[in-house]
Amino acid sequence: MAYVTAEHLKYKYPGSDALALDDLSFSVEKGELIGIIGKNGSGKSSLCQAIAGLIPSFYKGAYGGRLLLGDLEVRSADADELCSKVGIVFQNPFNQVTGAKLTLYEEIAFGLENMGIPRPEMKERVEAAMAFLHISEYRDRYPFDLSGGQMQRMAIAGILAMRPEIMVLDEPVSQLDPQGRREVFAAVRSLSRQGITIFMAEHNMEQIADFSDRVMLLHAGRLVAMDTPSRLFSRDDLEEYGVCPPVFTRLARALGIRKADGTWPVTLAEAKELLSVHGTAFRGCAHE
Amino acid sequence: MSEIRIEKLHFSYGMHSEVLKGLDFTIDERSTAIVGQNGAGKTTFVKLLKGLLRPSSGRILLDGKDIALSTAAGLAARIGMVFQNPNDQIFKNTVLDEVMFGPLQIGMSWEEAHKRSMDALSMTGLQDLEEKNPYDMGLSARKLIAVASVLAMHTDIVIFDEPTIAQDYVGKERIKRIIRELRREGRTVITIIHDMDFVAEVFERVIVFADGKMLLDDSAARVFADRKALEAACLEQPNVTRLCRELGYEGVFLDVEELVEKIRPLMGKNTDESK
Repeated sequence: MAYVTAEHLKYKYPGSDALALDDLSFSVEKGELIGIIGKNGSGKSSLCQAIAGLIPSFYKGAYGGRLLLGDLEVRSADADELCSKVGIVFQNPFNQVTGAKLTLYEEIAFGLENMGIPRPEMKERVEAAMAFLHISEYRDRYPFDLSGGQMQRMAIAGILAMRPEIMVLDEPVSQLDPQGRREVFAAVRSLSRQGITIFMAEHNMEQIADFSDRVMLLHAGRLVAMDTPSRLFSRDDLEEYGVCPPVFTRLARALGIRKADGTWPVTLAEAKELLSVHGTAFRGCAHE
Repeated sequence: MSEIRIEKLHFSYGMHSEVLKGLDFTIDERSTAIVGQNGAGKTTFVKLLKGLLRPSSGRILLDGKDIALSTAAGLAARIGMVFQNPNDQIFKNTVLDEVMFGPLQIGMSWEEAHKRSMDALSMTGLQDLEEKNPYDMGLSARKLIAVASVLAMHTDIVIFDEPTIAQDYVGKERIKRIIRELRREGRTVITIIHDMDFVAEVFERVIVFADGKMLLDDSAARVFADRKALEAACLEQPNVTRLCRELGYEGVFLDVEELVEKIRPLMGKNTDESK
């Protein structure tokens, strides 16, 4: 059953001539993990802000169509209803820091305080979120003294602790080390398996292919396609939209090795399976 | 060609525990990536190189001269640095004013600063946007403005702190070209970066930081062959290298083209050759 539904959603920033979101219609099931891709300026961040309700409550401008989160219509919902329903991790973690708190611990607790979560539960949630993102040792640090990666982990922890039904992540791992990235993606995946609906804008196509149930491709504010990673990354016109498919897909295309259903492999596991079939031929493939 | 010699470098922020615990190496003409886990000391290290922080002990010698003897202003003409967060760098109302600020500060004439700035804007794909306000632009464009601002200063040494943040495919390709171009011009390029595929494709030398120390220092092929050390530093092999490992191939492949060239002649005739 559709859980998040957009019906002809349109949005234009104040003072801008072009639509940032141009007639988007889609529906997403509860617990789906949706990857959002497209080149810079295609509307990824605007869509994230719209799902989180910052468009149109914070960013004014022209708004049309409808966006429903369950039975809540974003445009007319109160801030407190939205905050307990949907959480957003901003592209730049610096913008997520409230500036009102003096330690990382208090910063992560900020959302929970505002939601009126009882103190013992609040402590438990903050501890769990910090441990999960390996930042417990920085609990007493001043938020603005953290490194970029630590700040990004804090931003994610603050939203995780709020346990929203829908999580919107706008390039959440850009400043994390590779293992940190993988951990966050795995965590996001497990949250979606627990029924949390996830929207994640990201430029790393290998990780989008690995972790998404479906992928939305945006271009100039329009939804070009919404499909499984296999079918989406098997399109022949991705270059037109400034998207480079995963390295595994590029390799398979260059070699002309397709899956039985005609699509190209998009993940390491799929590429491995297909290439293993040719294992005998590759035995001599030593790199000098 | 500049040489930067780092000698027994230690650093702590105030009373906190030590961030850099004795670094000893020389940065030469090779394009160099500095990689490592969050909090390993990478950004702190480049701030020391740039003279924004002073070592607790140890020295940094730029062409044989201790940079502690230079002022931050004096170093500005030699070393350009693109900050991790462009908002820490940008403060002017138009893109062109922002990009021209650095060149003018280090004493270029208005004409030269303007020319260099226009060149830098075209290298970063920001031509025609020079009259826009940087704060009306997205994070990816602001990062490119920060890159252009430093390119326009035409320093011998260019430091990039995570240049690919928020960049799409086209933006990343542009940054690859910029790094290669700087290298070709004989300028020293030092880049902090978390994207291992990008590192494998672009950099000649990779230095791995772990917990304030240098764990590895070698060519990209050798560093990415050392899986254990990479894991210890919270890093991963590039995607192509991972795939080859999974398939049991010998050696370390760093990019798709290299691997395709190796595999294609070995392939049977029964595969679909169409694209």
